[in-house]
Formats: sequence, structure tokens, C-alpha cells
Amino acid sequence: MNASTPSPVSATALVFVEQRGGRLAAAALETLAAAQAQAAAAGFALEAAILGNAAETEAAVRALDACALARIWRVQHPRLAPYVAEAWLVAAGALLRKTNPAWIFFIHSYQTRDFAPRLADRAGRVLIGDVIALRREGEQLVCTRPMYQGKLAAEFVATLPPPLFLSLQIGAFSADNLQRAAAPAPVEILEPEIGEPKVRAGEPYQEARQAVDLSKAEKIVAVGRGIREAKNLDLARELAERLGAELAASRPICDNGWLPMDRQVGSSGQTVAPRLYLALGISGAIQHLVGMKASRLIAAVNKDAAAPIFEIADIGAVGDLFEIVPALISILQQQG
Amino acid sequence: MKIVVCLKQVPAKDAPLRPLPDGSGIREDVGYEMNEPDAYALEEALRRKEAGGGEVVALTLGPERASQILREALAKGADRALHLVSPPEARLDAAATAAAIAAALQRDASSSGAAAGSAAGGFDLVLTGLQSDDMGFAQTGVLLAERLGLPHATIIMQIEPAGSGLRVKRELEGGFFQSLEMPLPAVLTIQSGIHKLRYATLLGIKQAKNKPLAKIPLEELGVDTPNCQRMLRLFVPQKTKKTIMLDGPAPEIAARLLEHLRAAHLLPGS
Repeated sequence: MNASTPSPVSATALVFVEQRGGRLAAAALETLAAAQAQAAAAGFALEAAILGNAAETEAAVRALDACALARIWRVQHPRLAPYVAEAWLVAAGALLRKTNPAWIFFIHSYQTRDFAPRLADRAGRVLIGDVIALRREGEQLVCTRPMYQGKLAAEFVATLPPPLFLSLQIGAFSADNLQRAAAPAPVEILEPEIGEPKVRAGEPYQEARQAVDLSKAEKIVAVGRGIREAKNLDLARELAERLGAELAASRPICDNGWLPMDRQVGSSGQTVAPRLYLALGISGAIQHLVGMKASRLIAAVNKDAAAPIFEIADIGAVGDLFEIVPALISILQQQG
Repeated sequence: MKIVVCLKQVPAKDAPLRPLPDGSGIREDVGYEMNEPDAYALEEALRRKEAGGGEVVALTLGPERASQILREALAKGADRALHLVSPPEARLDAAATAAAIAAALQRDASSSGAAAGSAAGGFDLVLTGLQSDDMGFAQTGVLLAERLGLPHATIIMQIEPAGSGLRVKRELEGGFFQSLEMPLPAVLTIQSGIHKLRYATLLGIKQAKNKPLAKIPLEELGVDTPNCQRMLRLFVPQKTKKTIMLDGPAPEIAARLLEHLRAAHLLPGS
């Protein structure tokens, strides 16, 4: 909260590269590629930071070997694993004070959402989160982010001079244009002092093995809020059976206990890429879309023509699923 | 336990959203409701109180119309409510919102005689939803913790007492979870689905009329946190994918959909 005394920033951009157990997060390379492009256009040197314990940062640095970077920071301490916000805030804060980057990029992950807002606040700034597109206007980065669950979008700019904190939505930028380097980037180690956190964090764990592996399904019929009542699931179930598809759902259906959690598709559930994804009454909140947008053919039935699911659908049917699904079943029955 | 739960009023889920011609916001002629994750935070707060006693205070920051969700919270069982009334044109970013709420909590403590200057204004627990369904910043709870100088945890799916503090289950991506033990007071952002939501009873709705709902104009809080970000324009996203749209009577839509699936060899035996 020291907005009144901003320290001059350096001509660098920094990417916080997320890792768990030494393995890079899936979206690390796409975030690096997007940051490389913006840094190059602005004439900034691009650095990357990996936070964790010594073993983790060592493994993660090797995974970044071929990536064109001006420097890689290993910020390490035993108290940085497993992740806990308090310790990460101390470590990330120490790095920012040392390097003073103009732009600070994050992957818009659950972990970023947990600590980056507080980190930005300590620099007197607000994180611009969930960015899906970037463009430069003069010295400024204009950030597009989803609004109203992706039904709308908006462009945001910072009103204060750098540092600028921004997190990029997973899957919104491509890693295809990642600039490779002939030689590994220089690595520096920072070992900040971290006191004992007030919050004690356990190791990440998974619940009992999932009974259904939707990621192997060839076809999926998925239901959302539009199904209205638990008993209406029978309709979707019958259609799924006739199509030879697995039944899945968006989060609210599993929250209500209408289907078990292992049938949930989305950021907190399973990620799927079947040949056919038929979405019934799913509006298409971003948390759901990230779990299924790689599907080969997406068909959607929804009464709201403006539902975001139609943005990514190959075939869209605007209408009442309680009329369309019985019609589908009846035709499939006749063709038996 | 003294709990404050921060709620937001957002456009109803199926409301038709239309940006204003100048892109400064949406047309306001839509229905509004309690932000869904916040409804789960309220449910958690009410269950904590039912299990261990104490007080639940419902708080919102928003224009006049936002009082409706506070009345709903009171009808469901909250003891009293605080409405930080913002001017209709106010567009606060997450830090400005958190600063205002932090100031209101500290002021509430001094007026209700709780330990003055205590971090969370005498509250043991501050709950809110993990994000709002309108702006979707997902930052207000975390920044509130920063402004109050408290520990926080996000995307919480389960809470149980542990010694003098709490043990919480935090959701990570890809089906992973993490368990945290934290002291009180603390700020938690709650994931949808933590419990089944209750409905307000007729008796509850009647009783709510006699529960205190304090309105505090935002300017009275004397918070001077400037917005650090500015929205240039709000718009309907450009479609990037070519979608074949089917409309007409249901049997016709169904037949054409199945033709497409057959052509793509996606029907059994095709």
C-alpha cells in the first residue's frame, strides 16, 4: 500500500512460472510465449521466476532450458513447499524489490488467484486478472478480460504507472511461437528469509480414485443448469445411451448432488476431448469451457441464443431442450 | 463465533445482458439476485452459527437496489445487515471495494463496543464467495484480508474447527485439494456447492422485517483508495468459430442435428 512512493521500474518484464513438484504448470509455456512477444515489442528484457524448495526449482529450471529468457530466478526456501500464500508473498515480494520489473505476468491459476492480488496490493497496484487478449497502445498494455461469466468482455488499462500486474487465462494464448534459445539462460538463486507462517499447509492430495475416466470417452452428453430438476436427468441419460455416450455435467449439477463429482467437466473437474461433446442446457461459463473446448465436434442445445457455449460450438441449436431431446430420442428409436 | 459474510448483488443468471452504446456498462433493466458463490458463503456462515452460536452479519457494497439481497440474507437467518451504499455510477475495482469494506468493519466494531482496533473489527471470521458472476475479479476477499492484516485461503470446500482455529479444505486444479490449518480471525473465499442452500421460510421473511439493516453511504467511510484500473469498453465478444445454427420446430432441429452427426460418423453404426 505504498502507492504514494512508487520506485522507478527497470526495463524488464517478469513471468512467475508455476510449478508443482518441479513440473511446470501446463500453461507455463503459453504464458512465457505471450510475455516474450509483449516484452520484445516494448524492448524489455524478459526474466522468469520459479518459486519452491531447492529440489523443485532445480527441476523446473531444467524444463525451461530451451526457452529464450534474459535470466531465470530460482527463489527457493523449504517453507515454499507446499504452497502457502504467506510464504509466497514474502518470497515474491523480495524478488520484486530486487528486480523492479515493469510488467509482472502470472498464469491465471488458482494459485495466482490466491496470492497475486495481495502481492499487487503491497505495490499499490491491482492485478488485472484472467486476461484473454493483449494489445499495445503507446506505452500501455490494453488487457481484454471476460466479464459476466464470458457473456461479455471488456478492455482494461492500468490508471497508474508501472509496475503492471496481469494474469493470463489458461488456454487463451498459444505456446506455438515460444522463442527458443541456443544456450540456457543465466540462472540466479535468491534465498529470502521466510518466518514461520501462521497458516500450516498440507501437501496437495487427490480424493479416492475416480470411478469414471471421462477423458477416455469417445462421446459425451453433458447437462447443465438448463436440466432444471434431478428427475429430468433420465432424459439426458436415455439420449446418452442411444448415442453410446458417457453422461457428464457442469459444476452446478454435481454441486446439487444430482450426479457424482467424477462426472463433472471443467477446471475443477475432468478435462475432456471426445469426438463428440453434446451440451444440453449448459450456458458455457469459462470454468466449464476450459474443460471441454478441445472436443472435436461440439454441439450445444440452449434456449438462450446469447449463451457463451455457442461461441465455441460447431453446431448450435437454439430451443427448448425438453422438446429437442425427446425428438432426438424418438428419431434414434425409429432408426433403432 | 462472530461472522461477517460479504455478499454482492449481480444480474440474474438468465438476464439478457446488453452493453450500453458507450461501452461503460450494461443496461440496468434486468433482474438481479445474490451472487451464487456468496449464497454458499452465507449458507456456511449460518451453519457455523447454528453449530456453535454467535452472530452472522450480512454485508454488501452496492447501489440502493442491493438491499434486496441483505433482506434475503436476514430472512435466511442472518442477525443484522450492513449496506455500504455506493452511487449508481461508482465503478470500484477490487482494492477500492476491499478498502471500503475493511473501513466499515472497523467502524462497526467501534460502534458495537467490540475490542477497538482489533484486526477484523471484532469478527472471528470473514466469508465471501470465491468470485462474482459479473466482474469476476475474484480478488475482493483476498484483498480484504490484506487490508485487515489477516491470513486468508481461497476456494474453500469444507471448514471444521481445529483447536482455537480452523481446518479448511482448499480446492486446487485437476481434482487436487490441500488442507490448511489457520488461526482466527481469518478471511475465506467459499466455493459453490460447499453445502446445500436453504430457502427462506415464511417465518424467516416475517422476522427479517424487524432485524437491523444499517445503510452507510460510501462517502461517509472516508476511504480514499483510487481505482488502479479503468475499463475502456464493455462489448459482446467477437465470435471466432463458425457455428452452424439450427432453429425452427424441435423435430426439425433434432433431425438436422442428427444428420450432421451422421455425416461426421458420430452415430452408432454410422
